[in-house]
Amino acid sequence: MLTLILILLPLLVAIGLFFIKNERWARNLALAAALIESGISIAALYTYFNFCHCQLLFRFEWLANYGISLKFGMDGLSMLMTLLTNFLVPVVIYSSFTQKVERASSFYSLIILMQAGLIGVFTAFDGMMFYIFWELTLIPAYFIAAYWGGENRIRITLKFFAYTFSGSLLMLVAIIYLYFHTPLPHSFDHIWLYASNLNPAEQVWVFLAFFLAFAIKIPIFPFHTWQPDTYVTAPYSGSMLLGGLMSKMGLFGMIRWMIPITYPVLNRTDGFFIIFPLIGIVYASLIAIRQDDLKRFVAYTSIAHLGLVAAGAMALNAQAMQGAMIQMVSHGINIVGLFIIIQYIESRTKTTSIAELQGIALKAPRLAVLFMIILLGSIALPLTNGFVGEFLILLGLFKYYWLYAAVAGLTVIFSVVYMLWMYQRVMLGNTNTVTESFTDLSWKEMIPLIAIVIMIFWIGIAPGMFMHLAENGVRQIIGVVR
Amino acid sequence: MIDFSYTIWILLIPLIVFVVTGLTGNRFKPIVTGIIGTAGLGIVFLLSVITAYKFFFVLDKVDGAFQRLLAFNYTWLNLTDKLHINIGVLLDPISVMMLIVISTVSFMVHIYSLGYMKGEKGFARFFSILSLFSFSMLGLVIATNIFQMYIFWELVGVSSFLLIGFYYEKDSAVAASKKAFIVTRFADLGFLIGILVLSYTTGTFDFITLTGPNSPAFTSGQGIMFLGMSTMTWSMLFIFMGGAGKSAMFPLHIWLPDAMEGPTPVSALIHAATMVVAGVYLVARMFPIFHHEQSALEIVAWVGGFTSLFAAVIACTQYDIKRVLAYSTMSQIGLMMLALGVSGYGGEDGLGYMASMFHLFTHAFFKALLFLGAGAIIHAVHSNYMHEMGGLRKHLPITHATFLIACLAISGIPPFAGFFSKDEILVAAFHHNKALFAMEYLVAGMTAFYMFRLYFNVFWGKEQHYHHTPHEAPLTMTLPLIILAIGSTFAGFIPFTKLVTSDSLPFENNTEWGIAIPSILIALVGIGIATMLYMKKSDTSKKVSIALGGFYTAAFNKFYIDQVYLFITKKILFNYVSRPVAWFDRHIVDGTMNQIAFVTNVASDKIKGFQSGQLQQYALAFVSGVIGLALLFTYLWTN
Repeated sequence: MLTLILILLPLLVAIGLFFIKNERWARNLALAAALIESGISIAALYTYFNFCHCQLLFRFEWLANYGISLKFGMDGLSMLMTLLTNFLVPVVIYSSFTQKVERASSFYSLIILMQAGLIGVFTAFDGMMFYIFWELTLIPAYFIAAYWGGENRIRITLKFFAYTFSGSLLMLVAIIYLYFHTPLPHSFDHIWLYASNLNPAEQVWVFLAFFLAFAIKIPIFPFHTWQPDTYVTAPYSGSMLLGGLMSKMGLFGMIRWMIPITYPVLNRTDGFFIIFPLIGIVYASLIAIRQDDLKRFVAYTSIAHLGLVAAGAMALNAQAMQGAMIQMVSHGINIVGLFIIIQYIESRTKTTSIAELQGIALKAPRLAVLFMIILLGSIALPLTNGFVGEFLILLGLFKYYWLYAAVAGLTVIFSVVYMLWMYQRVMLGNTNTVTESFTDLSWKEMIPLIAIVIMIFWIGIAPGMFMHLAENGVRQIIGVVR
Repeated sequence: MIDFSYTIWILLIPLIVFVVTGLTGNRFKPIVTGIIGTAGLGIVFLLSVITAYKFFFVLDKVDGAFQRLLAFNYTWLNLTDKLHINIGVLLDPISVMMLIVISTVSFMVHIYSLGYMKGEKGFARFFSILSLFSFSMLGLVIATNIFQMYIFWELVGVSSFLLIGFYYEKDSAVAASKKAFIVTRFADLGFLIGILVLSYTTGTFDFITLTGPNSPAFTSGQGIMFLGMSTMTWSMLFIFMGGAGKSAMFPLHIWLPDAMEGPTPVSALIHAATMVVAGVYLVARMFPIFHHEQSALEIVAWVGGFTSLFAAVIACTQYDIKRVLAYSTMSQIGLMMLALGVSGYGGEDGLGYMASMFHLFTHAFFKALLFLGAGAIIHAVHSNYMHEMGGLRKHLPITHATFLIACLAISGIPPFAGFFSKDEILVAAFHHNKALFAMEYLVAGMTAFYMFRLYFNVFWGKEQHYHHTPHEAPLTMTLPLIILAIGSTFAGFIPFTKLVTSDSLPFENNTEWGIAIPSILIALVGIGIATMLYMKKSDTSKKVSIALGGFYTAAFNKFYIDQVYLFITKKILFNYVSRPVAWFDRHIVDGTMNQIAFVTNVASDKIKGFQSGQLQQYALAFVSGVIGLALLFTYLWTN
């Protein structure tokens, strides 16, 4: 039941928000709803640990003739991802309070709608439900980017839309195709879909459809070109949702759907498909080094980091997959932190160009410290959130094929190069005309960043709970694969 | 059985101090932070001394050997059913010795910094990070497993990074801190791969298992060969790469001289006495496996030997006193690596191992002393360059006396500490490899030369025109100098052969005068040449450098290694790789995708017409559209 409430509450709030005229009310209501949602998430977590390791399953036969049911539940994987979503959405909403937002009720309504969609994606145990919610998230994402975005927003958002939508259509075809190959009576239930009976050629097609849909969403090289532009154009809240949460849908989809259903393809191709994200790690890192725009910079670092996660997810062993789950959570937290900081910098200096900024640390020591901590999390320093996941992924990849681990390991050095160089140019040295009147963060601005920093250290120092959740979920997937 | 579980507080106290001072920040007067930090380290120092006393003199030995104790153990993560990551405290002779080294030097540096950093804007920040460093370094040496060591290894790197870049408004300091972090991180990538290989082949991270008599490392990972070396050899080489990065071994040394941009107490603590010897400690920690993989150990020996010579040559040409000391540090650490590389295992065969640890111990005292002395000098004359100094012995009597002791100690003049430890290294090298042995005689001479070149240039010669009359540093600064000078004088008499040996069993060893006397003579020759050239300011040294011609210029420019790195990173990586890749991404990858999605463009024109409508309507239409589409599909396909 909790699962259903988690989906329905934001859905209803989102609809309600559309009709609220008072913008102040709207944004406060949105925040309140997001916080309540977080509370319910924690209650679900509590139930999960203390009463049953069952999956908090909700099931309603909706279109029984077609084997479509409203089946939602939470295993370890869903739990991790809903916790991430319900942690980040309030942070995103709160951090936008310092900005001026036009048509606030629609804006916050869309964010909350997005939350509903995300929770649906992460908790769906029915293929059709997964697809519906997958598409549902695209709507708010599209409108947020298209209406509140910056320069060239229509063209860029359309590109984003065309990319992801074509990916999802392929996925829909794949799901329906699978449906017809499930044991009788056909069903979209995930157990049925896992059990579908495909010949090797069919498996390849289904795999490709899934892979493309997810590769676009994550994004994986070479399907990433929509992403930097979109991150730059979208408003900050939008970029945070896209980078922090939507990209995780692709990775989550890989682990929940693609791998258990089409793992024989991964086995037969001898890890060929891992090469794409691996190329992405090196490729995007190299590009990130040269970027001047901070948002574009973050976009490319994200391709590199998520490349590592995707490689881990496809290495088909428990460590790498567990690491991938942890790293998804960490990356979501860190990228939102980075975007919040860039948002603060832009709102003060009216620029996101690295070349124009300099010496901010002198004027804003609080910002400098918080930025540094988030940066250390991004470069996977031990005792921050990036470390455990990255190590597990490398360990798993090493088991899979040592050369992959060696290439993926380059991220250890690349991330330091681009991150520190960026930090050096933006934050250190003496101030210039752009930054000399930079003011330090107010407490109100610091709250979301402090929440993020707490998570960075929590996952870094005591990852036990997160590891447990990831392990629990991954064990089932690996069980299917074996 | 003695309870050692309190030793976890050695780790926790600096951590608590860091967290408290870091969070309260500028809430208090800066000096309060300084005193809290210093007091915390004082307690750590006392605990370390107590632990050392109990460990070496009270605790029962097993079959005559010192025990290895897990004083504290906590399972941090379960990776697989067999593979765990623990955080704990391992006590054995080398870790206890390192506790003494770190807590002593760190405590001295804390006291010294109270005076040296007085009035600095970031005073509180400085002490806060100093505590973080102490925590990380202590955690590194008491690590029970290689994974814990790696965790703290990285934390040490970050604290070093933060302290080198302490003056973050200064571009050179920022560049130096970044360079240090990136170069050591590059080396750590090797370390990480080494750990992966090691844990994969042996199934454990645990030091006690890995370096015990029945180590799985001796049996597994032997069969598979790659480029003529076994998996285990490769693993050791990768791990050594990490050690070489931290310990500034050639060719990963380039960060250390630049790291001198940090405040001088930091150079003394991190870049002379403690962090930079972490690599040596790592090899010592893994020594049984290195010893089993002789080809890896051979490489350790040669890298160490070459670095010691290479750095000594450069040290002879530098003018910045901190850089001279930095190259000297590299050279001495090279000696320690070499000693490990030529060591055997067990009893007197393990002389090199003992000598390495012994030298690490004595070096920590006299090198910290040299740096702190240099700090006092810089404090007095506001310059780093020795040609802007001279005749300071009258103005800085305490600094002068203690500095002289340190110079004698590092030059290997008896009875100062360096003599004993360096002598053991020479003996060990002599029995193993005559070429390296000859090289080290040369290094010994050069060490004496460049140290006394520095000494005479600073304290003797003609007095320069200073901004104000140089005066002796306050007591907070001179007291640590005096204490460290006492250490540098007497540390050599500690019977290391009875305490810290490769197999924890004591053995008998006497000074081999046949090797020691020539080494003293060589050192005296080095000092003699320095006296001739530099005691009175004269042109002779200039003439010598001109006579050496190209070789001198090359050494003065540090053999252009920095330029090579710059060329590779800035020119090749940034300009010839990164930029074209960015172009490629924009024009080729994106361009291709755009062509494929040509339809997009057509569609975009149509959608542009819609944008002014009511958002709600479109959203609603969109949702129903998607759901409708999905239902339509299902309907069509099922019937």
